[in-house]
Amino acid sequence: MMPDSEASRFEPVIGLEIHAHLLTESKIFCSCRTSFGAAPNSHVCPVCLGLPGALPVLNRRVVELAIRAGLALGCTVQRCSIFARKNYFYPDLPKGYQISQYEQPLASDGMLSYETEEGQRTVRITRVHLEEDAGKSLHAGETQSRHTTLDYNRSGVPLIEIVTEPDLRAPATAGDFFARLRAVLMAIGVNDGNMEEGSLRCDANVSLRPRGETALGVKVEVKNLNSFRFLQRALEHEIIRQADCLEMGEEVVQETRLWNEARGRTESMRSKEEAHDYRYFPEPDLPPIEVSDEWISEVRASLPELPETRKQRYLRELGLSATEAGQLAEQADLAQFFEDTARTAGNAKTAAHWVMGEVTRHLKTDGVGIDQVGVTADALGRLVGLVDSGVISSSTGKTVFEKMYGSGLEAEEIVERENLVQIGDRNELEALVTRVISEQPDAAARVRGGHEGTLGFLVGRVMKASRGRANPKLAGELLRQQLRAPGVT
Amino acid sequence: MTDASAIETIADVRAALAGVGSAVDVCTIFLERIQERDAALGAFTHVASDTALEEAATVDARGADDPSQPLAGVPIAIKDNICTRGLPTTAASRILTDYRPPYDATVVERLRAAGAVILGKTNCDEFAMGSTTEHSCYGITRNPWDHDRVPGGSSGGSAAAVAARLAPVALGSDTGGSIRQPAAFCGLVGLKPTYGRVSRYGLLAFASSLDQIGPLGLTVADVAAVFRVIAGHDPADATSAAEAVPEWPSGTANETPAIGVPWTLLNDGIDDDVLASFRTALDTLRSSGATLVDIELPHATYAVPTYYVVAPAEASSNLARYDGVRYGVRAPLAETADLTAMYDRTRESGFSDEVKRRIMLGTYALSAGYYDAYYLRAQQIRTLIRRDYDTVFSTVDAVALPTTPTTAFPLGQHADDPLQLYVGDIFTASANLTGLPALSVPSGNDSSGLPIGLQLVGRAFDEVTILDLAARFERERSEPIGRPPGLDPSA
Amino acid sequence: MTERLTRTEVERIARLAHLELDDAEADRLTRQLGDILTYFERLREVDTSGVEATTHPVSAGPRMRDDQSRESLPRDEAVAGAPDAADGLFRVPKVIG
Repeated sequence: MMPDSEASRFEPVIGLEIHAHLLTESKIFCSCRTSFGAAPNSHVCPVCLGLPGALPVLNRRVVELAIRAGLALGCTVQRCSIFARKNYFYPDLPKGYQISQYEQPLASDGMLSYETEEGQRTVRITRVHLEEDAGKSLHAGETQSRHTTLDYNRSGVPLIEIVTEPDLRAPATAGDFFARLRAVLMAIGVNDGNMEEGSLRCDANVSLRPRGETALGVKVEVKNLNSFRFLQRALEHEIIRQADCLEMGEEVVQETRLWNEARGRTESMRSKEEAHDYRYFPEPDLPPIEVSDEWISEVRASLPELPETRKQRYLRELGLSATEAGQLAEQADLAQFFEDTARTAGNAKTAAHWVMGEVTRHLKTDGVGIDQVGVTADALGRLVGLVDSGVISSSTGKTVFEKMYGSGLEAEEIVERENLVQIGDRNELEALVTRVISEQPDAAARVRGGHEGTLGFLVGRVMKASRGRANPKLAGELLRQQLRAPGVT
Repeated sequence: MTDASAIETIADVRAALAGVGSAVDVCTIFLERIQERDAALGAFTHVASDTALEEAATVDARGADDPSQPLAGVPIAIKDNICTRGLPTTAASRILTDYRPPYDATVVERLRAAGAVILGKTNCDEFAMGSTTEHSCYGITRNPWDHDRVPGGSSGGSAAAVAARLAPVALGSDTGGSIRQPAAFCGLVGLKPTYGRVSRYGLLAFASSLDQIGPLGLTVADVAAVFRVIAGHDPADATSAAEAVPEWPSGTANETPAIGVPWTLLNDGIDDDVLASFRTALDTLRSSGATLVDIELPHATYAVPTYYVVAPAEASSNLARYDGVRYGVRAPLAETADLTAMYDRTRESGFSDEVKRRIMLGTYALSAGYYDAYYLRAQQIRTLIRRDYDTVFSTVDAVALPTTPTTAFPLGQHADDPLQLYVGDIFTASANLTGLPALSVPSGNDSSGLPIGLQLVGRAFDEVTILDLAARFERERSEPIGRPPGLDPSA
Repeated sequence: MTERLTRTEVERIARLAHLELDDAEADRLTRQLGDILTYFERLREVDTSGVEATTHPVSAGPRMRDDQSRESLPRDEAVAGAPDAADGLFRVPKVIG
């Protein structure tokens, strides 16, 4: 927890750098497979091994997916962008340079805008660029303590790097933003969102400044944030560390730090070496990437609807509340289920109520996603229709739903078979009401005396007596009439 | 088979195969010559006798008349910086001692598919950096015309091999003149194709935006024949061009071409003999129907410093992969307690002085604070040099220059003064910087009998015009070029 | 930019390039590179304002490939040339620290 003095004195300024694997069949510059988990060095070739004489050739689908990401993030996609070499030595980097983009990235100047409890939030995206991933170095355990071993299966897997402006102001906000970004990337089929396997990685740039200041403080890069939890914890700790530093009158050192989960703190990565001089220059082995207007239009047309757009549509066209729209719009498959239900039911509001209520409860209990839900949207839609039209009460509806779930039975079948049709017939209901009043003299007396609350109890008794088939509203009306309580017309 | 010693060119090989000779016979002849003569020359780093004879036998089994195999049974030598599967490919560097690639360069695949027989790998300056073939971990190569002189570089081994008739043709690579200059020093025809014409896949990269692979041979026809087999788009090389490979001879040669001569560049530093031979060559061309035009190439004077910024810069990056991790040699365990030491010691002991010099130069030119002043500026001047040529090519069909300012100089002459050596690239470097095709064809000999080369530079993808001109010159040339002394049949 | 190349600078570049130079070599390189860089000063005579850099001398043909995977190198071939490998993994001395 941050001590109050620090919390009020300094404002954290956070930007994120996200690396996302692109969902392609083959690597960015060669035809090796990209799949995860293969035997070490079984998906390598002269190109991704950096053998003498090998040359890179760009995978078209990589560009297409990167354009998708750029468009989904509201960026301007450059008609011409270039690859650049980032030169440094590390054993997981086979060529001694990484092919990346430096000046002239593929896409830039975008934003991700979304609603939160505190209102609309916008995080600006500085750039989206293409690069190749490096291999994996495994720093060995006890038996091989003198060595590092290398697997180049991951070398050459295509990445986009997404850089945000330092628009985030708190660890929780950063975590929330990252979650939404992840959802977008998954929704558009660009990335699988898998942080455990490392196909989505996040680094953070954190600085502090006195509140009210506009100039940025010294920036520290924090790496090794392999999960949402790590991201937030690391940011929290780093902010405290920097605040402590500044409180003591020291300067924060500009450096790269690694989050050490075991020790619960960030640790400096830098040795005594001077900062990297990457000596970027345009990649001579690859011509500039040319993206035509037609290609951009094609990709734009192929983009699925994004959560935020969908949410706005629900608010505008379906009259859902912000909470309802927000929850239902988030994931494409759940949204589709909801929309199909609403179409069959003819009522978006009640469909929303059911999907967010009964359906979601089942999914949570069973621990499955909407793709494994035990009732079709169509069937649910018809059930909702029955309730909306008063054929059955809502509490009967819940019962029917339970019987439908996982059984394949239709609502109408169940209602018919078990004679659950709501008693809409006044006479039948009158009789029930009369009976209940006679069985509950004390409650009846209280209601006659003006005690509204007890009416609910009596309605409940009527519902019970009718095995849920009574229309509660009508029951209440009839009770009032028969009891000749005040308020009855 | 009549007179084995008379088999020198591709035409000779074809004649032998059409007669009673077999591909195996022909291959054997060349292998025997290598046995006899190469000890004194050092042209080859590896002779692939076994596989060569197997390849020749395969050609014989198919029948040498297969039109899909235009080089059937033709022996060829390959510069050691070009990947040949299973054969050592070391770029004449210690750091790649015994390295055998698991794949063939595209040009090698194409040669094999055309029926060529690979005799072996030839010596070169390490990683193609040099103009004398003195910077090789295998030792020097001697010029067959005078054993105390350099054959040129960096494709000196290929040039010496062809000049000594150890192979009818050979492949070299040219980044700043490394095919043309040795061709000139050894009395051969050497072609650097348009950048992108020939795939670089499998060429150990020196300077990626300048390198091209090309043929060396005794005649224009032979060089053209190999060129047509290796040229053409390669999907494995993203910088390779889509232009169709032209027929040659085309049958539609320009009878009255205009040839531009940049006289203002031909001032100091050129040997009198070289200049005289150049003038004579121009006279010959004029008599055969060409028009000579005075042209200006205002920025050509900056070609050498521009080249020596761009090439080392790209090289410093291309050579970063030689780090002892995945292939080649690694410094001994005792000296490499940690990774940094491993990198440092491996590269320090694995690279020659010239390579280290260029890596340092290139690293400097790209480093923070110097990039704009050196690399960026040099790349801009490249554009200006190209514009000069584009302007000139609106009025002429080819540009003529001497290939080199001097003839082959003595071994060891420039050991302490690399800069002096760099300046020798003055006439050749522009073709690499602009990407334009250029060739060297022998124009005569100096007073010591050493060969002199005439260089012709053409429009992009117009190898046909310069090959036509060179062939015409070859026919009309008044003086025979001769052969290296001591290369007689009895040897 | 016309300062003479210093020995310190040469050592910095050597570190970047991972070349371990001994004293004699460092001295020699300082001198030779200094000469070459002085020679490069000529380039400053040229007016390059507004001139585009040539990064690719000739425009290439079809530039991209389809997203199809192909057979990779057999594992034993991949590690065949390695100075040190075990169990299909390349091996290097550990990074310090």
